[in-house]
Amino acid sequence: MTNELRTSQSTAPLLQARGLTKRYGRVTALDHADFDLYPGEILAVIGDNGAGKSSLIRALSGALVPDEGEIRLDGQPVFFRSPLDARAAGIETVHQTLALSPSLSIADNMFLGRELRRPGVLGSVCRVLDRKAMQRIAREKLTELGLLTVQNINQRVETLSGGQRQGVAVARAAAFGSRVVIMDEPTAALGVKESRRVLELILDVRQRGVTIVLISHNMPQVFEIADRIHVHRLGRRLTVIDPKTYSMSDAVSFMTGAKAPIEMAA
Amino acid sequence: MRQSFGLFAASAFALAFGIQGVCAADKPIVGLITKTNTNPFFVKMKAGAEEAGRANGLELRSFAGKVDGDNDSQVAAVENLIASGAKGILITPNDSRAIVPAIAKARAAGILVIALDTPLDPPTAADVTFATDNFRAGELIGQWAAKTLGAKAASAKIALLDLNVNQISVDVARDQGFLKGFGIDIGNPARIGDEKDARIVGHDVTLGSEEGGRKAMENLLQKDPGISVVYTINEPAAAGAYEALRSVGREKGVLIVSVDGGCPGVRNVKDGVIGATSMQFPLLMAAKGVEAVKKYATDGAKPQTSPGLDFVNTGVELVTDKPAEGLPSIDSTAAIKKCWG
Amino acid sequence: MITDVGDGRPGVQVEAALEKRDARVAEFDVSAKSPLRKLQHFLHANPTAVPAIVLLLAVAAFSLIVGSRFLSAFNLSLIIQQVTIIGVIGIAQTLIVITAGIDLSVGAIMVLCSVIMGKLAVMVGLPAPIALIVGIAAGAGCGAVNGVLVTRLKLPPFIVTLGTWSIFFALNLWYSASETIRAQEVAQSAPFLQALGTSVDVFGARFTYGSFFMLALVGLVWFVLNRTAFGRHLYAVGDDPDAARLSGIRTDRILFTVYVAAGVICALGAWTLIGRIGSISPQAGQTTNLDSITAVVVGGASLFGGRGSIIGTLIGALIVGVFRNGLALSGVDVLWQEFTVGCLIITAVALDQWIRKVSA
Repeated sequence: MTNELRTSQSTAPLLQARGLTKRYGRVTALDHADFDLYPGEILAVIGDNGAGKSSLIRALSGALVPDEGEIRLDGQPVFFRSPLDARAAGIETVHQTLALSPSLSIADNMFLGRELRRPGVLGSVCRVLDRKAMQRIAREKLTELGLLTVQNINQRVETLSGGQRQGVAVARAAAFGSRVVIMDEPTAALGVKESRRVLELILDVRQRGVTIVLISHNMPQVFEIADRIHVHRLGRRLTVIDPKTYSMSDAVSFMTGAKAPIEMAA
Repeated sequence: MRQSFGLFAASAFALAFGIQGVCAADKPIVGLITKTNTNPFFVKMKAGAEEAGRANGLELRSFAGKVDGDNDSQVAAVENLIASGAKGILITPNDSRAIVPAIAKARAAGILVIALDTPLDPPTAADVTFATDNFRAGELIGQWAAKTLGAKAASAKIALLDLNVNQISVDVARDQGFLKGFGIDIGNPARIGDEKDARIVGHDVTLGSEEGGRKAMENLLQKDPGISVVYTINEPAAAGAYEALRSVGREKGVLIVSVDGGCPGVRNVKDGVIGATSMQFPLLMAAKGVEAVKKYATDGAKPQTSPGLDFVNTGVELVTDKPAEGLPSIDSTAAIKKCWG
Repeated sequence: MITDVGDGRPGVQVEAALEKRDARVAEFDVSAKSPLRKLQHFLHANPTAVPAIVLLLAVAAFSLIVGSRFLSAFNLSLIIQQVTIIGVIGIAQTLIVITAGIDLSVGAIMVLCSVIMGKLAVMVGLPAPIALIVGIAAGAGCGAVNGVLVTRLKLPPFIVTLGTWSIFFALNLWYSASETIRAQEVAQSAPFLQALGTSVDVFGARFTYGSFFMLALVGLVWFVLNRTAFGRHLYAVGDDPDAARLSGIRTDRILFTVYVAAGVICALGAWTLIGRIGSISPQAGQTTNLDSITAVVVGGASLFGGRGSIIGTLIGALIVGVFRNGLALSGVDVLWQEFTVGCLIITAVALDQWIRKVSA
């Protein structure tokens, strides 16, 4: 019984990384880490604090440039110099802090950093924003994901509750993320009810054909929705397990090093 | 690494000071502490002091407050000069009362302290004061204005553009002097604004600048568009007031008087912007101060005050191109030679 | 919750899955609010409303107290003239405050530029428009110094501009030798520099070209802030720089640009200043720094960044102008003008804090 699982009709990995390394002075955040993500799956990434999960995710989302290693998208090597490059490649990230600007409106936040300009001279020379279009699209995206009763698309994000903000951040990622959506601790700050809604949202997004990477400390949630679980430890990938064949306590033991997994097949 | 650098720097400084202390023994030190170093009056005073210092073989160290009213910097400067072993201190105090304790320390250390331009409170806190008689300066322009208006002085409308709200001695002296010279009962001569004469339209403050002068003039004109006489604390304020009058077309019908005698101000007298101004002599003040310190350093003699006054009067002259009867004055051409700035 | 769709690839039967799930994933609840909360929400959504209301109330109050001398077209336009310079400098300050910074050197940059323009035009003899351009370039340079120190050395803007205030001011005193160039001399050699002081009468009101210039500048910057992506990014950088960075915004570049823009605006303010006082004075602008911050704060901007509008600053400047003018006309001692401005500032900040406390 191998403990590495592939979806049955396997296809090549959508996103793959080999040998990612990043050092900050004497601290090695990533130590030749590997990563495989298959199309259409929900991959959970778990690991203890300081294991390097955040660094891995930041490397994949363009927020961090690794010292060594290679990332491939659809088999082609890619090089992300900034979050913009990753976004251009169709990889969106919902950060732990949500990266929403509190005093800007929902519509403004949806398009932050990639605002739409009015067609023609007004847009190119005077750089005027096409606010109507942005509001319309924002409303559409939120409705698609079932965030139905949006009171006012121009409402400032700071007037929303935690769960609602999470919804906006996920909607943004889903709207622009054509290939991969990475979510960093999406339910960490939420209550039970709101966490449930966000999980449902994640499944919604996956149903629409987007692949999801989910970083989480919440084992029950991970085991509920993940197809595979990537265990990260000491800056590298320790193993990948199938939630159906392993238990939560196994996963935690691997994470903390209490137990060692059976040798992985390459 | 940082600690050793700090130690190195500290010892370097200590060494430098030590060497400086030793070398200072050659020329006696005289300190000049002005109110600010932005007002051209003090800039010229400093220039005069530097020249007098060179001529008299003294080393001049100059300091200034950061803004009008900054007493703390001046106190620090006095302490600095005491520590450096200065022989004399020339000071234009920002706060005539608050500076006295520091001055007392300096005098106790055997330093000759001379107040310039603005007396200390009490005036005897300094060894001697070289100043313009600011009250007299105001009086001269007040008398000139009254005489020039002649019969119309009884129905004149007067605007007074002062320095600031602090009622400092220079401000009060000039303002009250002007009113007295004009013939108005000034009530308490130590206070601006307690006068009851109906001819006064109002007082406003200018901070001694052109912007302040313009705004103050505009506001007073709004109160009473018929203003006929404008007293201003100094010539920049007068220039600002003129611009305000010019924008409503009244610059020819209003008398503007001022105090200072700076060269731009004298040229404004020539151009008819200012009717009359009382000229002060900051260079003379500074030079006399430095000479007094030199004398003190040489043979310990302290200067004497002018009879009847508790300061040495460095003189004030009325400058105008339209002399009034019975009032001695010089015209702008002669004044250009004597002006400062 | 993972539906088995048979062929092992999820996401194929979207409709079936969609129908099954609970539609209400996230909602915006509309609960009943008390009138006070409604007011708080309204003010939160329209922050410029507060200073606008205060301005109207102030004008009404002084009209009652002082009468027609206050409420005349001439006096009201006079107030606009009196706040023109602070209006222009306030624009620069607003941009910086929106990015959660503060610029204490605005007044010093203004005076330095006015001295450069004046000296080059009158003493050195350059044609006045050239002198103006050099002055504007100098303003940009000063702004660039601030920008580099804030973005490269990552020093707090308060500290940086505190230092550059003294530096630019000292340069101003050195280059001018503390000497004023009289208005008459400027009028003779370089009247172009005084151009913004030319007045224009409109139905009994008197405006200067400078006031129109200020209003035009307000309009232009309003447009940039509200209708372009750069404006959105400015707010984002001030609001939450990390969020901005993660959204791909080049925060350093934006900050640097804003400081340079502020420097240029201060130089334009210098041109306006020469128009108003006629002369080139190195002693000018001593209270400009604090006056510009006052206008920005009274106008509703938050010193914590991310919040503030140009119109608000203009209204803030007008409020202070109205109070000073009104109090002067009422014959009240000048002391009370300072007292009142202080009260205005505290009230404005307290209101801003209250408005911010809105939550869903």
